Amino acid sequence: MSTTAIPYPTQRANTAIIYLKEIKYEFLKLLRTRSFSLSVIGFPVMFYSIFGLANRHAESGNVHFAKYLLGGYACFGLVGAALFGIGVGLAMERASGWLEVKQASPMPPLAYLLAKCTTAIAFGLIIVSILTALGIAFGGVHLTALEFAKMLGMTIVGSTCFASMGLLLALVVPANAAPGIVNLIYLPMSFASGLWIPIEFLPKFLQRLAPIFPTYHLAQLMESIFGYQNATPLSSHWIGLAGFTALMLGSAWLLFNRAQQNA
Amino acid sequence: MATTATIPVVRSAAPQNFTPPLAAAQPVAQLTSVIRRYKATTALDGLSLALRPGEVVALLGPNGAGKSTAVRLMLGLTSPTSGQARIFGADPRDPATRTRVGAMLQVARIPETLKVREHIDLFRSYYPHPLPYAEIVKIAQLQGIEDRLFGQLSGGQKQRVLFALALCGDPDLIFLDEPTVGLDIEARRGLWAQIRSLAARGKTVLLTTHYLEEADALAHRIVVINKGRIVSEGTPSEIKSSTTGRKIRCHTTLTADYLRTLPTVTAVEASGEHITVTATHAENVVRAMLTADPNLSSLEITSPALEDAFLELTSI
Repeated sequence: MSTTAIPYPTQRANTAIIYLKEIKYEFLKLLRTRSFSLSVIGFPVMFYSIFGLANRHAESGNVHFAKYLLGGYACFGLVGAALFGIGVGLAMERASGWLEVKQASPMPPLAYLLAKCTTAIAFGLIIVSILTALGIAFGGVHLTALEFAKMLGMTIVGSTCFASMGLLLALVVPANAAPGIVNLIYLPMSFASGLWIPIEFLPKFLQRLAPIFPTYHLAQLMESIFGYQNATPLSSHWIGLAGFTALMLGSAWLLFNRAQQNA
Repeated sequence: MATTATIPVVRSAAPQNFTPPLAAAQPVAQLTSVIRRYKATTALDGLSLALRPGEVVALLGPNGAGKSTAVRLMLGLTSPTSGQARIFGADPRDPATRTRVGAMLQVARIPETLKVREHIDLFRSYYPHPLPYAEIVKIAQLQGIEDRLFGQLSGGQKQRVLFALALCGDPDLIFLDEPTVGLDIEARRGLWAQIRSLAARGKTVLLTTHYLEEADALAHRIVVINKGRIVSEGTPSEIKSSTTGRKIRCHTTLTADYLRTLPTVTAVEASGEHITVTATHAENVVRAMLTADPNLSSLEITSPALEDAFLELTSI
């Protein structure tokens, strides 16, 4: 009883341990959620097997199709993991009240967000590694260790950018509609950015439209690792991706603050 | 009914005889004239509430009375439109304050693919001086289900896990927002025993409920709220007596002492020219009053809104 009257030591829990556990359990949680892990890994693998591996002998100039599509489906996979993991996951945790339980605890809010982002990156890396292994084993893809390392680096960058989009979606979209809405954005955007079939094969108007999609800039950066990018300067893609991320984070921040005031 | 026999139905005398040990001490939690509006609706309308150390207080009221809003304000999950919320004399949003507070909120779903053990492990890591894992499991009676995924648990087990999470930091102050809602009677009584054990440890507890029975069984003090205002406040026995009977309000020359002698009268209150008599058999009392005072005027007989509320609320 007397503890309430005594000034309490303002000691804090070990922050590093909180971050690590938050990441570990976020990852475990999503890995065990089959509807998530099977579909975000399964769809890129299936699509790449159908469209990429089947074209293992197709070449156009110096472009090897199976390798080109490896870049495309790598982007498709990592974007899906970020949008579904964070966009749908966070929307549901917000709607169910679970986020409030966390907010009422002394958990640092950044630990929660960082865990979600890190988990998106981890799934991105898993997906890209599986696709690469398939490409090398069955698609006749030749990849140097440096190219693979660059792909993984690009995956980390891309996952982080699309994590910010997931964050924004989670704040805007009603939880029960989240999976549908995410698909409605994700699938057409992936197609129009040339993640499924090379962008040069798309109708001209779609090619002109592509630069408004962040996935297009990500895909061009990913293809540039193999020297497959189009004529647009790479710097424009970096700017496009950075601008998109800033826009998403800024909007999310504004919306979150507004929601807090009306909470 | 061998199963029910194992449930400790301790209608303990402790709450009735309770005297706050540090009655003069600074309140552990305090709401001061809090108004909270959500667009057109006013959830809290000038609510003041203070929790003293070691006290178990029940916030009783129907759905939409403002109970959860009061809890969310004290947890710093929302801010008052006007007025003030203080916990341990500090801002409830202060992380240092939050290490001393535990909360069991109404949650539709919590991550179902984590094990009970993992949920507790994570929440324990948030606090500088967490309760030992084994003790949490013991208090919340989670033995044997620690390695189950949350999604595989029954409703009562899920509530016990949420209860366990509220205990992880060994908090001095615990909020329980409708802890037994949706539970069957057996599970409800089990949770009651656990909430009582918190009181025995000297924790300050605020629980919200819409069951008078629950408030009566657990709380030292009941605060009844409706439409964001305090309707009534007192010990469980005071609240119960104030809810039985109807109120007769009139202008009369009869004295309070005389009125108290009438059968079934439980209370007499004089305010200015009017007198208010509370009685279980209002008709008989009115008849007697009219006979004794032919000049009796401005007669009004009301069922306290509270009673209506309780009739509705306490019918489990």
